Amino acid sequence: MVVGVARHLGARLAERLSTDAAVDRVIGVDMVRPADGIGEAEFASADIRTSDIGRVIERTRPDTVVHMNILATRSDAGGRSPQKEINVIGTMQLLAACQRSDSVCKLVVKSSTTVYGAGPNAPALFTEDMVPGTVARGGYEKDASEVEGYVRGFSRRRPDIDVTILRLANVVGPTIRTALSEYFLLPVVPIALGRDPRFQLVHEQDCLDVLRHATLGDYPGIFNVAGPDFLVLSQALRRAGRMVLPLPTLGTPLVGGLMRRTGLADMDSAQVRFLTYGRGVDTTRMREQLQFEPAFGTVAAFDDFVQARAGCGWLGPERIRSAERGLRDLLSAPAGREESVS
Amino acid sequence: MSEPADEATPGPDSGDDHEAKPGAIEQAAAFVGQVIRDRLGADAQRLDRLISFAGRRLAGDFEVDPFGFDAELTENVLMPMLRPLYRHWFRVDVRGVSNIPDSGAALVVANHSGTIPLDSLMTQLAVHDEHPESRHLRTLGATLVFQLPVVSDLARKGGSTLACADDVQALLGDGQVVGVWPEGFKGIGKPFSQRYQLQRFGRGGFVSAALRARAPIIPCSIVGAEEIYPMIANAGYLARVLGLPYVPITPTFPWLGPLGAIPLPSKWVIEFGEPIRTDEYDAEAADDPMVVFELTDQVRDTIQGTLHELLELRGPAFG
Repeated sequence: MVVGVARHLGARLAERLSTDAAVDRVIGVDMVRPADGIGEAEFASADIRTSDIGRVIERTRPDTVVHMNILATRSDAGGRSPQKEINVIGTMQLLAACQRSDSVCKLVVKSSTTVYGAGPNAPALFTEDMVPGTVARGGYEKDASEVEGYVRGFSRRRPDIDVTILRLANVVGPTIRTALSEYFLLPVVPIALGRDPRFQLVHEQDCLDVLRHATLGDYPGIFNVAGPDFLVLSQALRRAGRMVLPLPTLGTPLVGGLMRRTGLADMDSAQVRFLTYGRGVDTTRMREQLQFEPAFGTVAAFDDFVQARAGCGWLGPERIRSAERGLRDLLSAPAGREESVS
Repeated sequence: MSEPADEATPGPDSGDDHEAKPGAIEQAAAFVGQVIRDRLGADAQRLDRLISFAGRRLAGDFEVDPFGFDAELTENVLMPMLRPLYRHWFRVDVRGVSNIPDSGAALVVANHSGTIPLDSLMTQLAVHDEHPESRHLRTLGATLVFQLPVVSDLARKGGSTLACADDVQALLGDGQVVGVWPEGFKGIGKPFSQRYQLQRFGRGGFVSAALRARAPIIPCSIVGAEEIYPMIANAGYLARVLGLPYVPITPTFPWLGPLGAIPLPSKWVIEFGEPIRTDEYDAEAADDPMVVFELTDQVRDTIQGTLHELLELRGPAFG
């Protein structure tokens, strides 16, 4: 059973599992029918915030529940309070239903590295054992760590159910739209002055692969999932050929409000902190215990996204390269001797 | 765009040429290139490297490690900017650089002074420039460093990271040389009257980290940094208002305005001492406060002793 199929990744995962020979039956749950289909998976309509979800679980008796209904952006939910309600109350209802069920034997939760928060006193690399919430302060960060808190409580009450929590870094790819991907596509990208946060990404393909891997395999525990390599913001924006607008801070109501009202970007405090301080997670456990190796690293995932979505802004790497070649031709000897030497 | 080309095109009929053939611009460009090349002479190759460097940077074609360290930027931009200060202003003498291993983890522990942490930058440069393997010293900074814009960015790019147990562990585990200044603000912000007197060495967290990673501890004594901004008083009230650990008052700052930010040209000596081995202790030693405090004191006494020797050796501060 996949919970949260109305959104892109949930729908794709349900579709993928439904064609998988190892899975007999896939039920996709959400409030509204997914727009772009979920393959051969059955759809069950239920509001995760109510006991509907319990009735669906009772009726369909799934053995594995994949919880993908944790919303990272408030605009997905239609505001901050519905977002919080879906994330926190929704998770509580789902866990309550799983706790009562005698069919469920595995729970996979798609969480996020946002649980670690971001800040000047954050370590360079978060490992899974670092207590989430020490740096996290508010907004979605708080939701994510509260959700994980409930999941941990659940696994204490039902130790017979295998619980896998996947903390994914930000997902990008040719089709998925997230707050971060849309931020990279702004014609002029506001950045925090004098800051160059580093971050990791996960390609949407790897995201689905790891969810499938955790759903079909047996890997209880908490795992960070991210590309092993890093990008810094300035570098990413250069690769996307974007122009930047340095602002003293991204967090002021003036800047944030202006961007939201003009429909440019909707950044909550958690994202502002992320884009100011950056975040890094350790992926040793992903490789060694989860036995998962992402096909795309951070840079590869970002480039794939840029190629599909950004169409290279007018300051794209190709232009830079051709200008570089031009300048080099201009300055090197006619025979191009220097070039061959270096 | 075509004006300078017009001027540069040789021959009386250059105007016609420009109109008639599209090749004229290329010709003009080749001529301009020729002129610039002749002017630069042997530097053409350096220029070539500079262009490809700029191209790589602008296209975002470079790598940073998990700590945000950008080796290319550090070697090509940050270090060349500091090198004149290192060579000609402070005339840094480096001793015992061979005590830093050619490969593998090591923890360099040094005394901190100078109001502004130039000593960590100079040590970083000393390790890179004098060591045969040109190793990068990965320094640890206080939270304040990572709160400030620009500073935090440059610190991360230059190889610094937050001074916390997890980061030290990760760096040492990765086989890096890590530099730590355990006195922190107590050392760097002490008044001039207490120069070359080591302050408290924190809780000895650096020793635990070295024990855990079984990395040798290299005591490092830095002479000269105390005199760059002699702090005669601390504007304590202002510091509290600004949320800073101290606001220095030196003979030149704030009286001379921005000129007061120029460090005094003291003579520097940096000595890397004999490594203290930590691989002879067993695994539990890192959590044994007795071992940790003993080692901390040993490192502290070594540095203090060497400081006195070096001071005598150096003679007058501005000689």
